[in-house]
Amino acid sequence: MKFRAWLALVAGILPATLAAIVLFLAFYSWPAMHFNGLGFVVRDTWNLGNLYADPIMRNGTQVQPGATYGILFLIVGTLLSTFIALAIALPMGIGAAIFLAEAVPERLRLWISFFVELLMAIPSVVFGLWGYVVVIPFLGHHFYPLIAHSLGKAIPFFAEPTGSGYGLLTASIVLSLMIVPIIAATLRDALVSQPASLREAALGLGATRFEALWKVMLPGTRKTLIGATFLALGRALGETMAVLMVSGNALNYLPHRIYDPVSTMAAFIVSQLDSALQDPTGLAVRSLAEIAFVLAIISIIVNALARLLLLMWNNSQRSVVI
Amino acid sequence: MSPLAPARRPAHQIRLSRRLASLTGWTLTGTCLFALSALMVWILEVVFVRGVTALRLSVLTTVTQGTGGGLLNAIEGTLVLSAGALLLAVPFGVAAGIYTAEYRFTRWATTIRFLADVLVGVPSIVVGYFGYVGMVEWLGWSFSVAAGSIALAIISLPYICRTTELALRQVSNDLRDAAYSLGANDRRVILGVCLPAALPAILTGVLLALAVSVGETAPLLYTAGWSNYLWDGHLTHSPIGYLTYAIWNFINEPFAAANALAYAAALLVTGFVLIINIAARFMFDRRARR
Repeated sequence: MKFRAWLALVAGILPATLAAIVLFLAFYSWPAMHFNGLGFVVRDTWNLGNLYADPIMRNGTQVQPGATYGILFLIVGTLLSTFIALAIALPMGIGAAIFLAEAVPERLRLWISFFVELLMAIPSVVFGLWGYVVVIPFLGHHFYPLIAHSLGKAIPFFAEPTGSGYGLLTASIVLSLMIVPIIAATLRDALVSQPASLREAALGLGATRFEALWKVMLPGTRKTLIGATFLALGRALGETMAVLMVSGNALNYLPHRIYDPVSTMAAFIVSQLDSALQDPTGLAVRSLAEIAFVLAIISIIVNALARLLLLMWNNSQRSVVI
Repeated sequence: MSPLAPARRPAHQIRLSRRLASLTGWTLTGTCLFALSALMVWILEVVFVRGVTALRLSVLTTVTQGTGGGLLNAIEGTLVLSAGALLLAVPFGVAAGIYTAEYRFTRWATTIRFLADVLVGVPSIVVGYFGYVGMVEWLGWSFSVAAGSIALAIISLPYICRTTELALRQVSNDLRDAAYSLGANDRRVILGVCLPAALPAILTGVLLALAVSVGETAPLLYTAGWSNYLWDGHLTHSPIGYLTYAIWNFINEPFAAANALAYAAALLVTGFVLIINIAARFMFDRRARR
């Protein structure tokens, strides 16, 4: 066979891997999908049933009596933590990118952006360690009572009790720090590569430096920013270890306050496998596989969308792999 | 400011409100950058100060005993798993990267490039659970080096593919033209000319993929398991320890000795990852070569 054909064949391992993951999870979780039905995503009870009783037949599937699998609380937890994280990370990332691209001298810029973007290299479990050891006590003892006493007076979602520090807001804050560099790095690249003539034209018309940036340069990077936001969204949706360590791992509970414990789909798979293995019918393990399948599909859609947006809108080639 | 910068009005001729808005803008954006750097410093401070306090020679030379002892088994396990992952991922990833770079305008290359980017975005726990149900359960390998390495290889494969592609794209087309004009075929041009020229950058990419593997936890939790002992050399049916598990597990223990192990493991992992990233930046700075 020719060299080129060989390469093409070997390169096929990438699509094959992606397909294998999705198809195998679908295949493995098929009995669970059949048993759970579409109600899987709208029920908010995850109950393995009575593990000491004999399995019974229901809908043609062997289950423990009383078993119900629903992940609404996980979907709510995942979406809430992701969106709060984005709400923190977007302004922070945009601000940092603007200052890096426009206010920091070029020699320093490389070093400071490198330092800040090193955040991307820090392993998830180290973020979790940091969150667990120092952030939770700090937020729980100092920061949350402060918000509850100010903002909480007006908005019930922020009101007391502030809990122990484990929970939705803590998870979101740690998550936001993990996705900020994606936004900051991409936007800084886009800002720096904007044509200088744009700024010169704006300055020539009498704009201040900030006005030139805010009204002329920044709108030009809007599309890149949307793509980067989707990338960050995808990252936050699937983040596991850090969330697992700071979210409080709620079970069957919908958060009423921003301090309440939550769990996300990714973290739940880790925290529940041990108990799922106690189910002699194996349906719990297959239901976890269904969660993994749902998570895979969501993240594939989000990431595909992000890449398509960046491809369509951005003809310049990225110099970093994010 | 360059000499070509347009003439600007002196500040006192600009309305106060506009000057204030600009000042506020710079202050807020500056605060964002400062806060981000400060948080980074905070993380590093926690990891390094506590890690250095916890790190002793015995941590590096003895194996874990219950919730104390050392981390030799975990260090060895991390090295074995990452090496296994690279062994599997490098040949495929580099080949895929060569294809997407050298035949970049074919539809198959566009597809591969796109799917590599999508695969980077698949959550690592999904890969880990795939490894659990696929290899640990279905193939019956139980917790093992093979399952853990393959899960890590899936994570690093798209990274290696994309960095190889970027590395090859930086090879000047003049080189290719010269080689073709001397009568070389595709294989000679790619393997004999482009690949050697891009080798340092490709190696940098492989090193960065190694850093990613060393820092991963979720793909290994239910594929590699955990073991207090050194690796017995079996590829299947034998769990193995790794450093990130030690961080996650031992920080939750109520014993100071266990927590110390977690801090030491965090220092080793973070230190390794940072050194690779900094070295990659210093040695093969793409920006500097532009």
